[in-house]
Amino acid sequence: MLLVLARRLANVIPTLVAVVALVFLLFSVLPGSFISGMSEDGRTTIDPAVMERMRKEMGLDDPLPERFAKYVAHTAVGDLGISFRTREPVTRLIGGRVWPSLKLVFAAMTFAILVGVPLGFLAALKPGSIVDTVSMVFAISGLSLSQFWLGLMLMYLFALNFKWLPSFGYGDGGLSHIILPAIALGVGPMALLARTTRAAVLEILNADFVRTARSKGMSERRVVEWHVLRNALVLVITIVGLQFGSLMGAAVVIEKLFAWPGVGSLLIDSVFQRDIPTVQGCILLIVLFFLLINTLVDLAYVAIDPRIRHG
Amino acid sequence: MRKLIWLAAMLAVWGAGVADAQQPTPRKGGTIRMTAPYAASFGSLDPQVTPRAQDDIVNKAIHRTLYNWDTANSKLVLELATSVSVSADGLVYTYKLRDDAYFHNGRKMTADDLIWSYTRIMDGSKGYPGARYVRLIKGAIDVEKGQAKEISGLRKIDDFTLEMTITDRVEPGYYFFSGTTSILPREEVEKGNFASAPVGLGPFKFKEHIPGSRVVTERFDKFYKPGKPYLDKLEVLIMAEAAARDVAFRNKEIDTSILGPAQYVAYRADPQLSKGILEVAEMFTRAITFNHDVKPFGDKRVRQAINYAIDADLIVKRLVKDKAYRAVSWLPPSSAAFDKSFKPYAYDPAKAKKLLAEAGMPNGFEFELTTSQNESWGLPIVEAIIPMLDKVGIKLKPKLVEVTVLTEILTKGEHQAVISSNLTGPDSLATLRCFYSKTPRTACHYTDYSNPDFDKLLDTAAQEGDMAKRDALLRQANNLLYEDAPVWFFNYNKAVLAYQPWIHGLQANPTEITHQYPEDVWVDATSPAK
Repeated sequence: MLLVLARRLANVIPTLVAVVALVFLLFSVLPGSFISGMSEDGRTTIDPAVMERMRKEMGLDDPLPERFAKYVAHTAVGDLGISFRTREPVTRLIGGRVWPSLKLVFAAMTFAILVGVPLGFLAALKPGSIVDTVSMVFAISGLSLSQFWLGLMLMYLFALNFKWLPSFGYGDGGLSHIILPAIALGVGPMALLARTTRAAVLEILNADFVRTARSKGMSERRVVEWHVLRNALVLVITIVGLQFGSLMGAAVVIEKLFAWPGVGSLLIDSVFQRDIPTVQGCILLIVLFFLLINTLVDLAYVAIDPRIRHG
Repeated sequence: MRKLIWLAAMLAVWGAGVADAQQPTPRKGGTIRMTAPYAASFGSLDPQVTPRAQDDIVNKAIHRTLYNWDTANSKLVLELATSVSVSADGLVYTYKLRDDAYFHNGRKMTADDLIWSYTRIMDGSKGYPGARYVRLIKGAIDVEKGQAKEISGLRKIDDFTLEMTITDRVEPGYYFFSGTTSILPREEVEKGNFASAPVGLGPFKFKEHIPGSRVVTERFDKFYKPGKPYLDKLEVLIMAEAAARDVAFRNKEIDTSILGPAQYVAYRADPQLSKGILEVAEMFTRAITFNHDVKPFGDKRVRQAINYAIDADLIVKRLVKDKAYRAVSWLPPSSAAFDKSFKPYAYDPAKAKKLLAEAGMPNGFEFELTTSQNESWGLPIVEAIIPMLDKVGIKLKPKLVEVTVLTEILTKGEHQAVISSNLTGPDSLATLRCFYSKTPRTACHYTDYSNPDFDKLLDTAAQEGDMAKRDALLRQANNLLYEDAPVWFFNYNKAVLAYQPWIHGLQANPTEITHQYPEDVWVDATSPAK
């Protein structure tokens, strides 16, 4: 187990270095700067002398290699720089957004797993039935729907029409505010999980060892519980892990729509305003989260399937 | 029976008369939930650090400046001073400061606070945005350059009397009403976490900031205006997405909302929602900025031809859904220098063709127009313009860029033409300086327009101490711009704020409609917010 962990961590480092370099270079060549972004669609005019001083203060006039070297050196010791926009340390800025983001991602994934996995199982156990058809229509719709549109529809339905839930915001951080954004964010992974689970279960149900188990007189319930469930779990965990890892990045649209104070909404704001240190910090965090979840998934494989451990 | 009906009718008429005659009395208490619509977060709650309109929504509640904008009378008024006297040469201002203004930490404001705040803004190593305004004070530039530690033009006469010497004969109110020149308490700023726990002189004190979500403020009982503010609590909720704001407003979760063109149509058509709409011609002029260094835009006739060739009224009506006022010239209608007798350029393609022929281009020409995606002054507008210009032989090639990039393109002069929204107030002199030939391109002279007559009018206006005479000169200058058409005059923004029926005391602020004077706002008992 420790060997697997060490191997995974060794892989993480070059990925992180590549991400740091790519993000830095990308935002160095993109047109527009933080100072021009301050004009807020023409709502504000910035004095040229102030612009010049800000460029100097923020080191925007320094040569690219020098800026890159400084950035790498600071990042290596956990210093993500100072936000151009707020003039606060980026770590502090992002720190305040991590918990709401994690809450949203966990809530969305919980919804996806609780609905998607049973739906896929049900569909696979009764292939061709009405349950299967309805489940798969539901799943395909979930994959095809735009998050933004779905979010708006949820708002209209559950906030405006039924008055069951608040339509936006973080509130006091309680459950009522997270339900709608979590569903809107979780529908995509839920649909994918349902389809994957169905396919995995169907494949396992036709496998030789399942046929053997049945021929030995094992009840259908025990077959499913002992053989199908455990074997399908490896594939399900893969999808859960991949989706989980990418959800923090995918939450950008939903966070903005629901005015959810997570890393995604900070990222999108910072991109529009060319607050490069914050953009770099947010992307780094999202990538780290993805890598962390993938490492955990790899460890989970080992725990579930001994063949992987020995292989 | 008839007598009874007559009596009832009379009582009803009397009752209605009484109701009409009574002004609603402001109610103390309650909460207002305003929205911040321009981004998904606030930049900073330190008002000297941020020039953003989004941040000023909160900062107007927590902080105060030397001057303020009086929306009801469209003029600048003293805010932190009770009176001011001006020297004969118009360069020395002596302010009698309020002796009843307290910071939220309980300390009384004195002249030292103004001196310290303005000196902080001039810290050259920080690049504070308000430096552009404070630079007006004599000696401020020396502090900015690190050649002095104190601004020589600021002198404390006593705790509540401040003398300010300025370098130009301008109205300092235009400079010191900007939120970036807010007066702050030194001892709180020096604690190092001011943006997280701001302390100001405003009617509301800071309570909570959930970054990316909301700022909550509470009534400050020692605010210097007796009986104000009325509200117990003011919340500013971040809602950058228009569609989500619409749902939240209809669901009564927010009390104010900024409307875009599509929502404006829907709200006007709704019998209930239409009762709560506040409109104002904001000081933003939308225009195509021609680069006069690029041929053929140096020719006035070509620029006039474009103004005649585009049916701007039709675009305002159909595409902008009447959520704009047709622009006449550069200054907006709220400016004292706006000439009400002038009418916008008429739609006249025949005249446009004639002007092009006179300019030696009977077959028209081709140019590139840089645009953003903005629905009111971006690509949708450009797409409508293309066939109109095509009719007179002008081929327009749109170049789409992100809105963040527009200012950079304009300051570098890398454009042939750019369609954008421009801040055009409230200081008409400063606004018109964007067309003054000696103004550098980086300081908003994006057209590189040059007209000695215009320059002369501005020079004379700058020296004129009589404000009425100055306005008359600026009016002439603005009318000259109309004639010279350095840009295509498109529209002035009609800012639209929707508000709930229980909200009272909102003002149609032309400098920025989201910037309310929260001490004047109150909610009646029907408000659902606790």
